[in-house]
Amino acid sequence: MKKLILAAAIAASFPAFAQQTVKIGMPLTLSGQFADAANQMLAGARTYMRMHGDTVAGRKIELITKDVGGPAPDVAKRLSQELVVRDNVDILAGYVLTPNAMAAGDVSAEAKKFMVVMNAATSVVITKSPYMIRTSVTLPQVMETFGTWAATKGNIKQTYTMVTDYGPGHDSENAFQSAFKAAGGTVVGSVRFPVANPDFSAFVQRAKDLGPQSIFVFIPGGAQPAALGKAFAERGIDKQKTRILGSGETTAEAALKSMGDTALDIITAWHYDYTSSNPLNVKFVKEYNAVANGRNPDFFSIGGYDGMHAIYETLKKTNGKTDADTMIAAAKGLRWESPRGPMMIDPDTRDVVQNVYIRRVQKVGNELVNVVFDTVPMVKDPAGERRKQAAAKK
Amino acid sequence: MLSSLAGVLFDGFAYGMLLFLLSVGLSVTLGMMNFVNLAHYGFALVGGYAMVTLVNRFGWSFLAALPLVFLVAAAVSVVLERTLFRRFYRATDLDQCLFTIGIAFISIAVFSWFYTSEPQSVPAPFPRDKPLSALGMNFGQYRTFLIVCGLGVTALLMLLIERTRFGAQVRAAVDNQRMARGLGIDVDRAFMLTFALGGGLAGLGGALAIEIIGLEPSFALSYLLVYILIVVAVGGLGSIGGSFVAAVVLGVTDTAGKYYFPWLGSFVIYLVMVGLLMWRPLGLFGKR
Amino acid sequence: MRWHPLEIVFWLCTLLPFVLAPSYLGLASQIAITALFALSLDLILGYAGIVSLGHAAFFGMGAYSAGLLAKHYWSEPLSGLLVSAVLAGLLGYLLSHIVVRFRHLALIMLTMGFGLLLHEAANSASALTGGADGLQGFKVQSVLGFRFDMFGRTAYAYSLVVLFLCFLMTRRIIHSPFGLALRGIRENATRMPAIGAPNLAHLRKAYTIAAVIAGIAGALLTHTTSTVSLETLSFGRSADVLVILILGGAGRLYGGIIGAIIYMVARDQFSGANPQYWYFWIGLLLVAVVMFLPNGILGGLSKFFARKT
Repeated sequence: MKKLILAAAIAASFPAFAQQTVKIGMPLTLSGQFADAANQMLAGARTYMRMHGDTVAGRKIELITKDVGGPAPDVAKRLSQELVVRDNVDILAGYVLTPNAMAAGDVSAEAKKFMVVMNAATSVVITKSPYMIRTSVTLPQVMETFGTWAATKGNIKQTYTMVTDYGPGHDSENAFQSAFKAAGGTVVGSVRFPVANPDFSAFVQRAKDLGPQSIFVFIPGGAQPAALGKAFAERGIDKQKTRILGSGETTAEAALKSMGDTALDIITAWHYDYTSSNPLNVKFVKEYNAVANGRNPDFFSIGGYDGMHAIYETLKKTNGKTDADTMIAAAKGLRWESPRGPMMIDPDTRDVVQNVYIRRVQKVGNELVNVVFDTVPMVKDPAGERRKQAAAKK
Repeated sequence: MLSSLAGVLFDGFAYGMLLFLLSVGLSVTLGMMNFVNLAHYGFALVGGYAMVTLVNRFGWSFLAALPLVFLVAAAVSVVLERTLFRRFYRATDLDQCLFTIGIAFISIAVFSWFYTSEPQSVPAPFPRDKPLSALGMNFGQYRTFLIVCGLGVTALLMLLIERTRFGAQVRAAVDNQRMARGLGIDVDRAFMLTFALGGGLAGLGGALAIEIIGLEPSFALSYLLVYILIVVAVGGLGSIGGSFVAAVVLGVTDTAGKYYFPWLGSFVIYLVMVGLLMWRPLGLFGKR
Repeated sequence: MRWHPLEIVFWLCTLLPFVLAPSYLGLASQIAITALFALSLDLILGYAGIVSLGHAAFFGMGAYSAGLLAKHYWSEPLSGLLVSAVLAGLLGYLLSHIVVRFRHLALIMLTMGFGLLLHEAANSASALTGGADGLQGFKVQSVLGFRFDMFGRTAYAYSLVVLFLCFLMTRRIIHSPFGLALRGIRENATRMPAIGAPNLAHLRKAYTIAAVIAGIAGALLTHTTSTVSLETLSFGRSADVLVILILGGAGRLYGGIIGAIIYMVARDQFSGANPQYWYFWIGLLLVAVVMFLPNGILGGLSKFFARKT
């Protein structure tokens, strides 16, 4: 009975919404150091719209982008507020960097707006608003899984960790080390690089001096992975004796191109690679090339793509209603097949649940490719699970 | 222990050579004409992107492209100098700052437009996994090349400055511009050529940096501008020797600092700079 | 010191956004905060001749002080403002002993160096500051009973009042014998001691006061946005405020305020219209201003008006 009344109510309100556009406000870091990430994310979102049309549940979808410039939570907050107050957006989306996503979370909670985080990967972000979902990845999700895998199936007993000295670096270091140790491995040493570090040779030399069985690396994308890879080669690190373990960013497309054969045999754990032969992915890459002037997608792109998918599917479920309570209720538990593999929005934590792939860099044909050789299925964010358990105990 | 010290010194010296190439032009033009050109690293971008285009689009080899990259960056410098910059020689320091920052912003936007924000790279000019062996230690081929380049350029510059008439004119203009003009030296022409030289060297530096640092439009803003300013200030305005020493000190200290005290990270460089400037405010070899 | 009628008009106009542009009050409050920051830089650059590329050190000091205070259960803004002002001023006082002994490029580089060092320190002390993710876990709810709302009304009113009060104070200082001495030092540093003005002591005082005001501006940002990040200490912020001051015209009291308004409105409009390439238009604006209005907007305008009379 209740369902009937609800359906009637929705049907009755439907004509009022029929011609209105659904506005999605996206504060992104379109200029500065993180511009490339934002551009890729936007292209991913636009590819989805190209493939699935720009109308959902009878309403047209409009993207409004703003430039945050970099890690600037005060600006991100103001832009999110302006999108709500001035542009009357229905949904907030995007957010490349963690501090920006955290600040915007406040706005989402206070203004009651559905929010889709398409990249920011620090676990805690999801707690900032009850109307937020994430379609990218969390660092503990990948790094803890990798740590456990390395010490068990990977047969690695020792590791030396090298991470960039900032939030995501610290998170990855903690996640990998704790899981690695819990699964029986030993951490023989660790180092943190300064953030804007152009030259890794000194750090690599330090690692080499200790002669560990493996080196775990976490550095942000852009020009750094290549610089690190070259440092490994120049300092003569033998990858058969010292396995190199990294995050997906270390062996991203641009990094592989730049590192050349020095990247062979690097093992990484990540949630997406554009070379996957999954038919959904092949189609996605083709469409993406058309949208992005020939460029291939990366994990920023897939975050944008799946973020749009989540929005579209949620709108279909709510029949076009965009108030936050209805949307978040519909979004929880959403499951689908993405170009990256199976995905789900956790019904309790609202965070992303997905496969973590273990890959090795190999030569396929004439190109360097991250070849998947193991998969850990449907991993939930461990930090989120721990928060859930802690809350349940109280 | 000793071999790692040698490795650190070697890498640091190579890094210093890169910084030298990127900074020497700014030091000389600043010392000579008191012209604050914060867009200087823009010439590094010109050089970097010219190299990327020549190698990736037209299939040139890295080594063959280097001289052309120098000429392209030098040409761009001259064009900018003749058309825009020379109007501001009499302007205040602050106005020059503002103007050149404006140019810098424009150049970043222009490169983003033409090359997108994607990080660029070129195929390795020398094989990376075959280091040169000497004295029982390994030396990367590319870094060796960088050192050879840096020393070669320094030698050429010193020859130019000490042994040619052009060099004498430049030295006169740096020491006392008014007097130099009074003696009939065409200071404007000397400056234009010096500007071209400085810009060309920055372009060369930008191209050589691709293999070590990478290339993307905002790469200059992140840390290059700061490092270049440090080299120029610590070395002393208008002094090639000063730039050389400062760049080497900076490169070695940065590398050694990160090796021996990684938890200090960038602190070391900034502390060294602050210390050196407090001891010698005019720079190690500065005159004014 | 008499008020020029244009000044009164200007300050009355600052109230206009409440009526004319109510959805832009968030931007307006950030302009007011930047204007205050630029005003503090003007005190040392425009009036005392100290060119600083590291002024954000004090802005960030104020911002983090306010944030940490709020995080540890004291989120009343006005007292937070006072504490931040004192802490930033203390830092300024300490650094001033070194800074005032140098001139020209060495001075610029030293101030930049101190700024960079403080930024690195804050990044390393991530347990205290939150590092690159910013300070989390605090919220400044209201000031004097007015809630910080989504429209930014309270934020703008609060920032504007503080800006005005600090402006009054600065105006007083500029027109006092101390202010005149500062200008004397800027014009001719060797002559001033000859007529009895103690250079270094004066410069230290000016530097400290500037640090206090910059710290207040930083605290305002924390209070109005409930966020603090490493960006408040960054070289980018120091460079931005320098550009803004030069744009408006240094040494003219209103230069920082005018510069902040023009630059931030331009940036907002350009990045709204063209989010990926707005750098180009901002660069063009800067180049145009320098070419047609030497000595900043106010400098160029004053020349224009002087020629007329």
